[in-house]
Amino acid sequence: MDACVKQRDYTAKDYKSDVKPIWCPGCGDYSVLAAITRALASMQLAPENVAVVSGIGCSSRIPAYTSVYGFHGVHGRALPVATGLKIARPDLTVLVTGGDGDGFSIGGNHFLHACRRNVDLTYIVMDNQVYGMTKGQASPTTEPDWEGSKLTPDGAGIESFHPLVVALAAGANFIARCSSSDPNNVADIITQAIRHPGFSLVQVLSPCVTFRPEQQEWKHMVRTAVVDVTDDAARAARRLMTDDGFNVGKVLYKGDRPAYQPEPKGAAAVADLEADFAL
Amino acid sequence: MSGQTVSLVMAGSGGAGVVTAGSLLLEAAARAGWYAYMTRSAGPQIRGGEAAVMLRLGTEPIASHDDRFHLLVGVDWQNVGRFAAEIPLGPDSLIIGDPGEGETPEVFTRSGAQQIALPMKALAKKVPDGRPNMVAFGAIAAMIGLTEDIVAGVLRDTLKRKGEEAIAASLAAFRAGVEAAADFPDVPRLPAGKPDTAERWSITGNEATGMGALRGGVRFVAAYPITPATEVLEWLAPALPKVGGVLVQAEDELASINQIIGGSYGGVPSLTATSGPGLALMTESLGLAVAAEVPIVVIDVMRVGPSTGIATKSEQADLNVAVYGLHGDAPHLVLAPNSVADCLFTTQWAVHLAESLQTPAIVLTDQAMGQARAVMPRSAAVSFIGQREKPAALEAGVQYKRYANTASGVSPMAIPGMAGGMYTADGLEHNETGTPSSQASDHQAQLDKRLRKLTGYNYGEHWADITGDEDADTAILTWGSSAGPAREALQRLRAAGHRVKLVAVRLISPVQPEKFAAALEGVERVLVVEQSHSGQFHRYLRAQYDLPRQVRALHHPGPLPVRPGAIVEHITQWS
Ligand SMILES: Cc1ncc(C[n+]2csc(CCOP(=O)(O)OP(=O)(O)O)c2C)c(N)n1
Ligand code: SF4
Repeated sequence: MDACVKQRDYTAKDYKSDVKPIWCPGCGDYSVLAAITRALASMQLAPENVAVVSGIGCSSRIPAYTSVYGFHGVHGRALPVATGLKIARPDLTVLVTGGDGDGFSIGGNHFLHACRRNVDLTYIVMDNQVYGMTKGQASPTTEPDWEGSKLTPDGAGIESFHPLVVALAAGANFIARCSSSDPNNVADIITQAIRHPGFSLVQVLSPCVTFRPEQQEWKHMVRTAVVDVTDDAARAARRLMTDDGFNVGKVLYKGDRPAYQPEPKGAAAVADLEADFAL
Repeated sequence: MSGQTVSLVMAGSGGAGVVTAGSLLLEAAARAGWYAYMTRSAGPQIRGGEAAVMLRLGTEPIASHDDRFHLLVGVDWQNVGRFAAEIPLGPDSLIIGDPGEGETPEVFTRSGAQQIALPMKALAKKVPDGRPNMVAFGAIAAMIGLTEDIVAGVLRDTLKRKGEEAIAASLAAFRAGVEAAADFPDVPRLPAGKPDTAERWSITGNEATGMGALRGGVRFVAAYPITPATEVLEWLAPALPKVGGVLVQAEDELASINQIIGGSYGGVPSLTATSGPGLALMTESLGLAVAAEVPIVVIDVMRVGPSTGIATKSEQADLNVAVYGLHGDAPHLVLAPNSVADCLFTTQWAVHLAESLQTPAIVLTDQAMGQARAVMPRSAAVSFIGQREKPAALEAGVQYKRYANTASGVSPMAIPGMAGGMYTADGLEHNETGTPSSQASDHQAQLDKRLRKLTGYNYGEHWADITGDEDADTAILTWGSSAGPAREALQRLRAAGHRVKLVAVRLISPVQPEKFAAALEGVERVLVVEQSHSGQFHRYLRAQYDLPRQVRALHHPGPLPVRPGAIVEHITQWS
């Protein structure tokens, strides 16, 4: 980098592309996008050194709406793409964005292993308890008695998935929940998540106004969690197990397990390896 | 196979040490200046169970097994009969068995082979810590003309860590075998004392694949274990870090391929290795790599399918999934090495092509080739190094077009970290800047471009290995490990006065119609040889190329390999 050139001050606008979102008016994802660009500006990260990776879903459209490096892959596989990118390029700041269906259903196994592997990624899940993009089916976080989907007219009938508890059990070291109705708080939490070395999970309650219009009430239902961040996993587990899902605005658990970043050991020439085979 | 060869099998139950003895024999033969080819067969047990090592030794490089084995040595016969189909014998063959270890199974004696008794266990007992497998080794060495000084050197080097006593015990048991074989009948003896001084390697196909990846510039590997591809990864795991790369064991194949897509998007040439079931899981993301134009290499070490099939045995039946398995119109590269040595070249070339064309390349090797060990001439260095076109200059204020519709179809690819090159790689259809688009014109333009970059590229002469008579009237068309026996059949046919040529196709896709037509000019009939039940390669050729009017297909499923004699017979009877 040229040291003589004065570093410019980035504003949130510098991280936004001019591609117009396909989202419905009022979708919670708009403010998550705004929060991400604000977080990046608050950290003054050079846009070329940031990558946003996603899978498929309404929320997974975020990369195209940013002007950092982006990767919009296939359904459920954002975490592996981001894992490979970060391991191959540890110098980059890598964010992963997506929905509850993408992350916890089709991508469930990767979610477990990303928590466990602890590569330095920031995973932002826009949880709307529904599959928005495919027009309103039950997702893993949907309540069992929700009858709004033609696929499950009598309700999904199965217990909803508790991503934060599962993340804790799988070894995640940074667990936070916030609400898209408070974009400043989301930006603040994302900033903390990026600063945290290792995998960090940020669940954002982000209403789908089209297929779950009742979620517009969420902004009145959420409450700032009255807890401090803990590094005691057992306490965090108790707290998350009994929590109703509307305690937001806080990092709920933060551990200090070292991040996973395999280091190449040497700089031998490939020809040196031929000795293995020579007779 | 020109020159002289001898083919032998050592078999026995788990713990009999046939694999150890076979490996020592291979090493000793290599030091004697010979070339070698060794495959292994194991029962379904995870550890232990019956095992057989099949060796062919000769004065020239060897790429396949012969029609029959000269010598079968059963250290014991427990369950060894299960390998009968893989161990063809004839009236000229010899079977050595230990009379104390029971009768030679009828499946072997039926061949009419001459039987010889060698009390391996009893002779081994006379030596402190002596083992029957070393007695067998001694007998074989004496019969084929391998001298004790060479074997002693090999034992000293390989048993160093076990100490002097172990070396002495092995040598004593070996000598007992040599003495006992003094009046055994002859098998072909290889000329002693004329070592070939050319630099040689002892290498397996899977190791050669790993080496080819490194030579091509691969520095990131993510994969999930599966037989028989795991050995590619086991070789790469310690090798990669030495040259500045890393290997990650992923949680499954979906993760493996997406991790390497991420690594490659980050600018690091990346690869994964798997076998049929894993390749099937990867097909959705192969399509992503096609659409997003991310170079990756997927090694598929084929095994018997469908489903989990027979994990430890070979077949060439993943051609269809490799070529046609992707959804949508998804042009990509499919390549196939045609020998152990070629695993290195083809993998290196695949990395080069994937990087140059920014697209996925599938390399189809197989269990037979991957797990075979060859003593072969050192692989010459070739200059293929992954070359990815990057944007020359990125100007502030000028929109970078990641998917620019260039004449060649290849668009310069910015790498994260490059200021001004920010774009979103997308599996959704997109326009030239990468913005998602559902317009027919963008779809058409991007489809055209992705196809053009593959079909317009000059692959040179590497698309196939062509050998034999220029004015041949008959051609053998084959691919992968079936090329080994086909090469040997070609030599026998030519020696018998036939005008034949062999076309071993290395670049399966995209097709090369002009080069193919030129290669078959003047050819009146072709025999298509492969190891699949339905004749996948034959059907593929028929669908993609103009073939001469007379076409016959010789194909059978795994795990039995194609034998040179079967090809010779097919062609000589086709008159
Ligand atoms: C392999 C595969 N299966 C199914 C789909 C269809 N699909 C697209 S998005 C989606 C669900 C998205 O839900 P979620 O991740 O919650 O995101 P949202 O749209 O609600 O933001 C599904 C099932 C697909 N694209 N790929
Ligand atoms: S369908 Fe729901 S999640 Fe998708 S854009 Fe519309 S409001 Fe947002």
